[in-house]
Amino acid sequence: MKPHRQKKLAILIFISAGLAIATGLSLYALSTNIDLFFTPSQIAKGEVIEGQRIRIGGMVKEGSIIHAQDSLQVSFITTDFSNDLTVQYQGILPDLFREGQGVVAEGMVAGGVFQASRVLAKHDENYMSVEVKAAMDAAEKQRGTGGT
Amino acid sequence: MIPELGNVALIIAFSLSVILGTLPLIGASRGNALWIGLARPLAAGIFVFLSVCLLILGYSFVTDDFSVAFVAQHSNTMLPLEYKITAVWGGHEGSFLFWTWMLAGWMLAVGIFSKAMPDDFVARVLGVMGLICVGYTLFMIATSNPFDRILPLPPTDGADLNSALQDFGFIVHPPMLYMGYVGFSVVFAFAIAALLSGRLDSAWARWSRPWANVAWGILTLGIALGSWWAYYELGWGGWWAWDPVENPPMITWLLGTALIHSLAVTEKRGVFKSWTVLLAIMAFAASLLGTFITRSGLLTSVHAFATDPTRGVYILGFLAVIVGGSLLLFAVRAPLMKSELTFGPLSREVFLLSNNIILVVSSAAILLGTLYPMVYQAMSGGELISVGPPYFNLIFVPLMVVLAVFLGIGATSRWKKTSTEYLRKQLTKVAIASVLLGLVLPLVFTLEFSIGASLAVALAFWVMLAMLTDMINKVSNKDSALAGLKSLSLSYWGMQIAHFGFAVILTGAALTSIYSIEKSVLLQPGQSVMLGDYEFKFNGMRPVRGPNFVAEEGSFDVIKDGNYQRELNPQKRIYVASGNPSTEMAIDAGLFRDLFITLGDPRGEGAWSMTVYVKPFVRWVWLGSIFMALGGFVAISDKRYRRFRVKKESLLETAAAPVLQS
Amino acid sequence: MSRFKLFIPVLIFLAMAAMLWRGLYLDPRTLPSVLIDKPLPVFALKSLEYGDRIVTQEDLPDEPFLLNVWGSYCLPCLQENPIFMAAAEQKVIPIVGINYKDGVPEAERWLDYNGNPFAMNIIDSDGRFGIDLGVYGAPETFIVDADGVIRYKHIGVIDYQAWEDEILPAIAAVKNESPN
Repeated sequence: MKPHRQKKLAILIFISAGLAIATGLSLYALSTNIDLFFTPSQIAKGEVIEGQRIRIGGMVKEGSIIHAQDSLQVSFITTDFSNDLTVQYQGILPDLFREGQGVVAEGMVAGGVFQASRVLAKHDENYMSVEVKAAMDAAEKQRGTGGT
Repeated sequence: MIPELGNVALIIAFSLSVILGTLPLIGASRGNALWIGLARPLAAGIFVFLSVCLLILGYSFVTDDFSVAFVAQHSNTMLPLEYKITAVWGGHEGSFLFWTWMLAGWMLAVGIFSKAMPDDFVARVLGVMGLICVGYTLFMIATSNPFDRILPLPPTDGADLNSALQDFGFIVHPPMLYMGYVGFSVVFAFAIAALLSGRLDSAWARWSRPWANVAWGILTLGIALGSWWAYYELGWGGWWAWDPVENPPMITWLLGTALIHSLAVTEKRGVFKSWTVLLAIMAFAASLLGTFITRSGLLTSVHAFATDPTRGVYILGFLAVIVGGSLLLFAVRAPLMKSELTFGPLSREVFLLSNNIILVVSSAAILLGTLYPMVYQAMSGGELISVGPPYFNLIFVPLMVVLAVFLGIGATSRWKKTSTEYLRKQLTKVAIASVLLGLVLPLVFTLEFSIGASLAVALAFWVMLAMLTDMINKVSNKDSALAGLKSLSLSYWGMQIAHFGFAVILTGAALTSIYSIEKSVLLQPGQSVMLGDYEFKFNGMRPVRGPNFVAEEGSFDVIKDGNYQRELNPQKRIYVASGNPSTEMAIDAGLFRDLFITLGDPRGEGAWSMTVYVKPFVRWVWLGSIFMALGGFVAISDKRYRRFRVKKESLLETAAAPVLQS
Repeated sequence: MSRFKLFIPVLIFLAMAAMLWRGLYLDPRTLPSVLIDKPLPVFALKSLEYGDRIVTQEDLPDEPFLLNVWGSYCLPCLQENPIFMAAAEQKVIPIVGINYKDGVPEAERWLDYNGNPFAMNIIDSDGRFGIDLGVYGAPETFIVDADGVIRYKHIGVIDYQAWEDEILPAIAAVKNESPN
């Protein structure tokens, strides 16, 4: 029986070790790779560390989209109707991106401006994404309690 | 009038499922031959009535019956015919009907191809599938009826099918994906039947394998089609985004891969029985979880369906009952794993066990990443986060590397016991050759060193050369090469083809991730952009009309080394009915590279913004998948699985054998 | 003891199921609107009925009324239309519409073809007013009392069932409070 037990123990240890390593690796990877979400108001309040990779969301402010003349540089303002945030992006904007619609962007805050590495405009025209709606509600609550 | 018939057919299918989910199961445990005999006809009946439902829904689309709410939401008079038909699965209610019909299809197949199995076993299998069908049909009737009407004032025209779905990919991807996904309910039912009957022997494994392999192969193709479709439809050159809706089928697939390997061990060696049963339950649970995630509004993504918590609660309840119930049954009835450790440390059993562990761990990691945003939101009191590709790649890639290494050794190892001497003899040269090729080949072709590319190429050769060595070894013992090759069983061939496919995917995925290049520019007509070895010359735009859209179409000349290659024509479309824009990219597909152009926006004076891509080896990802699926199918076309009829005498023998075997 | 380890998968699964169930209700879209019992936000917009004249709070009914967010593109709004028409005919409660993110010609054509149950339609073409109201999309219906305070919000289509089971009782509750 002894060698049998030894073998069983060996397999058990092998599996447990593997699982422990995998779990540790997963949790570590997770903790270093989540992107926090911020609203323009939170950024205005300085809750964000410059240079940290984050996501932002809000509505694209009417009349704020400016394309550079001979490059793909574009800037626009994201707002939650309490605060504005200027976003700069180099590249082509997605099909559903337009003024008055919700937008989510990934990137980082640098010098008070958001440098976007990716711009997302998902869903169809008439519905907002979860994040944008949450931002709107939060800002709305703020305006309510802050007293306008 | 006709849609009402659809409603009736749905209710009949539900009723039949209720009967199937009760009588045959009770009959099997009581030995009631009459009730057992009901199983196959009931399965056929359910299939017939659900087919009627599907046909009626299709008919409503084709005849523009906008009094049916689902049709009004997803169709339009201007929609081309082929999309009117495929719009059946263009939204939640219709796609769920389609899903359920697939289940019925598999039930019918089990009914037909199960003559070699004892009737009471088949009754249990179909009974379990019937119970699942009860849940699905009830869900539709209660919360998501595709036959709901808009009366008394039906709209004159429909809202049109989402422009992203008006595409060939949409015609093939969902059916294939659903077929594979739902297919795992068969091997799940087999597992439950085994637990219920107490019979868990290698005959059971032999019966289950074909069903597991076919479902797995089809799912492989379904996922590959989805990846291919996303690639040319979504327009950023990506073929996998670790999107919350992409991840569940991948989890199911990984668990399915573990399952087919575990089944092989159970069939050949009679070990890992309980583990195999658990895997079958988990793979099926993963497919249900996938349904839950996409249809409950739990997670947002590019293609989330509905945002109705009622539906989510229902599916979750169903999930809890079926999966919770199965796991409980498992805990109570699964044979205790005795010390059946009749295999040595370097045996094939050990390597397959490692394969299983790696695959299950990857699934768990992907599940964690997919659900973590929700967990975080719950724990942090509402803070929103997202978990992106960096996390998934960080976990998945190293695990796949380890898997590839073990693959080479495992496929060479022998059952029960392998000597280190033997492995060393077989694999040392292979290892050296792989490392050398990995170092040299990328350098030769790209003139720059990349550790990722070298690793990928080395691993691919490792897998393929190990495979080749093993084949040569087996063949060299025979009289001639041809005789040797013929002596190799179909399951062996299947294994090699599938593993070859894995090596191809590995190579394609790695190389395209490392070497793909893209550039976004603003061009005037007549201007060019250089990328890699290619020049893309923009000639200008012209308006075109489609059946239900208007578009601006660009003309580009592709030039390589000064030689004109071909013209590419990307489009920017507006669908007339919905006003939705859509970008159609132009792709020059090749075995060794893809060229890709997608349009941005007009900028005045004829200038347009656009992005060009050169993507080496990207097709290998899908080609590899085809080989993997093919391997899976070939492996079970082996004669021992095609024994559909068994002599009556041996059936009686099986019935007389002791009931509880472990 | 060894039998126990077979129960581990069930336990893990139950924990996960509990978490997922909780997760279903985390979606901010399912949380109650933050505007209940708050006054209607200030607005100054054009209407479909009064041409260029700007309408404001002043033009709203002095009694409890329904405020319905709709658009000609919105299919569920079409489903609600017969119910609102019946309610208007039977003079159950005045209904004010917000024509949300729509075009004026399309909106007028929709009303001509399907019937107009609205006492007035505020034009919110850029959706700004909808944002102030916390509107997620059409259709949504608010019950506003005589003092211009929002008392109830219904997201999504109002079918016969919802009208009978939710809206009518809510209207009755609001009407019973006011002195008239």
